[in-house]
Amino acid sequence: MSLLTFTALLFLGSLLAGLLGALTGLGGGVVLVPLLTLGFHVDIRYAIGVSLISVIATSSGAAAAYVREGFSSVRIGMFLEVATTIGAILGAYLATVVHTQALAIIFGVVLIYSACLSWQQARNPVPELKKGSPWSNRLRLSGDYPGPDGTRSKYEVENIPGGFGMMFVAGTLSGLLGIGSGAVKVLAMDRIMKVPFKVSTTTSNFMIGVTAAASAGIYLHRGLISPGLAFPVMLGVLSGSLIGARYLVRAHVSVLRAVFTIVILALGVEMIINGVTKWF
Amino acid sequence: METIMGRLLQFGVLLASFVMLLGGVLYVWAHRGGVPDYRIFKSEPLALRHIGGVMSGVAAGEPAAVIQFAVLLLIATPVARVVFALIAFGIERDKLYVVVSAVVLAVLLFGFFHSQ
Repeated sequence: MSLLTFTALLFLGSLLAGLLGALTGLGGGVVLVPLLTLGFHVDIRYAIGVSLISVIATSSGAAAAYVREGFSSVRIGMFLEVATTIGAILGAYLATVVHTQALAIIFGVVLIYSACLSWQQARNPVPELKKGSPWSNRLRLSGDYPGPDGTRSKYEVENIPGGFGMMFVAGTLSGLLGIGSGAVKVLAMDRIMKVPFKVSTTTSNFMIGVTAAASAGIYLHRGLISPGLAFPVMLGVLSGSLIGARYLVRAHVSVLRAVFTIVILALGVEMIINGVTKWF
Repeated sequence: METIMGRLLQFGVLLASFVMLLGGVLYVWAHRGGVPDYRIFKSEPLALRHIGGVMSGVAAGEPAAVIQFAVLLLIATPVARVVFALIAFGIERDKLYVVVSAVVLAVLLFGFFHSQ
């Protein structure tokens, strides 16, 4: 395969990964890494490095659209970024000591888990919290967001240490596997801290870019970000996710979501099988 | 404040994408006829792994260095957002969040410079 064909195929594949990531709400990275390793036979460490870059691009690229809706909380985001960035640096260090095939297996498990999680989150909305923890106001994490009728709904949060701890885990997974781990971030905010869904998804998107930036520098210094891969993949994932985000507003998503969740589950199983057979 | 933040991120990504596209076209042109192989991990050349090396590569018009420069711009975008938030919290005299933002910034800079 010549370089031009390889680059063109990579761009198209990444476009598809970005599209899938946006439609399932899981982010481009979770589809990209299996695609690169299983489809293009790229070493998983290269795949993770380049995935981190496209995660930063999608997160920042989508931010402007989210900001217009005015739901994200800068304070909740910044507070929890303390946990995710420290986790991300730990994850990037762990990536050097973990066996390549073990990385593939961990990736498969996280993939399956995230797919189940996001499926479950879409079906069972969390009941609204009436009274949060006293620390919610002390740490200024309480806020409000515009409702459908123009009035502002107030919210408070609870179990801040639990959410902070889960964010540390999300950050570690992000640094280790090169994914945004949006599903775990939404879990921490939605299920544990009881942040309203509209606020948690947009805030999570904001946090993903900062988290990925914490470990991307380490990957770059280690020579894990390859220019020949970076440019078609980053441009592909970014365009795919922007198209996906635009389409998401209009499309009837539940059927698409079901189909793509199955695709992602299959990718996860394939990653695990591939990792196990190559290792032993 | 949030609107400016969103614009800042969008601008950073647009700029990085543009540089990336430019570097990419040059890269494919320079390596036409070559056969890519990423099956086995071999570290990228040392010159492409730190800011100084990338900069001198860009000055020399090296396509790979232009792409790595775009990667650096992309990494810098969320960092700029944190710096911006820190300043905005400072203007609002929110001491607690000035400290929180400073901690996040310190972790980001540690990650970037410590590993060199």
